[in-house]
Amino acid sequence: MAKIFIYPVNSLILADLVERFGHKPLAVMNQVREKVTNISLDSPPVNITPEDPKIGLRYAAVEVPAGVRGRMSLIGPLIEEAEAAIIVHEPPVDFGCVGCNRTNELMKYLVRSKDIPILELRYPEAEENAQEFVYKIAAFLEALSGEEEK
Amino acid sequence: MTDVKQEEITKVIVISSDKVLPVDAAMKIYESEFPVTVKETCFGLIVTGPAEDVLMVTEEIRKLDKNHIFVKDRGFPAGDERRCRASRGGGPRPGFHFLREEVRMLPAIGTALDELEVKEPLKKSRGKKDKLKVSELEKIIEAEIAR
Repeated sequence: MAKIFIYPVNSLILADLVERFGHKPLAVMNQVREKVTNISLDSPPVNITPEDPKIGLRYAAVEVPAGVRGRMSLIGPLIEEAEAAIIVHEPPVDFGCVGCNRTNELMKYLVRSKDIPILELRYPEAEENAQEFVYKIAAFLEALSGEEEK
Repeated sequence: MTDVKQEEITKVIVISSDKVLPVDAAMKIYESEFPVTVKETCFGLIVTGPAEDVLMVTEEIRKLDKNHIFVKDRGFPAGDERRCRASRGGGPRPGFHFLREEVRMLPAIGTALDELEVKEPLKKSRGKKDKLKVSELEKIIEAEIAR
């Protein structure tokens, strides 16, 4: 079971497909859960501690907007943990917690600069694209399982 | 603020099935007597509880219609005040818009998973215009009637 980084980081389809084919999705929801359900609350309501900006500084300099560092404090550790990645280009919605384009670019750059298998594909818009989308992801994940067995 | 034990997890179950409704899935959980909190929503369910129980429940629900029920993790527990619309004064909750966009694609993803399961070569099914098989026509009619 490999740890797969997914982009968009909160995607239902990608998280489900990765889990369905027997791997562990590294999604931002798990990071958020650790923050919001921790009993020892340091800074309610979302429990951001003074350590979090420091984690963000590992990935982005102090001059970049605070939002980028904040997002990277959650997403950066996931990229470090990743053993493979699936990147979907042009997702339909790019706002909310995945809305910062600078963070998205930095995130993709960091993933590509790691020496891990990466699958990059476009978000499906029609039924035919969806078939190809699922087929490629399944083939990629099955190949990863095969490598693990070797 | 809601007190939640650290080992508790939350899953979002999105149902895009012709056979299963969110209420059917919820009834299945109530019958199973797992100590989990279930919240029915327009797109499916939100299930919160101890990690082991939630994982077993989601597996049970997935079995109802394997390729048309989708599951993902959720950070906030069901009914958490920081996300609940009742305490935030209405409006869509954060994360709703992305989910809504993805839900539109789920029928196509489900069909693709069905085809992958029967190991139908992807390229063969596209491009060439063949006659519709009787078995496929039956499947289409059954799916339409079940709606």
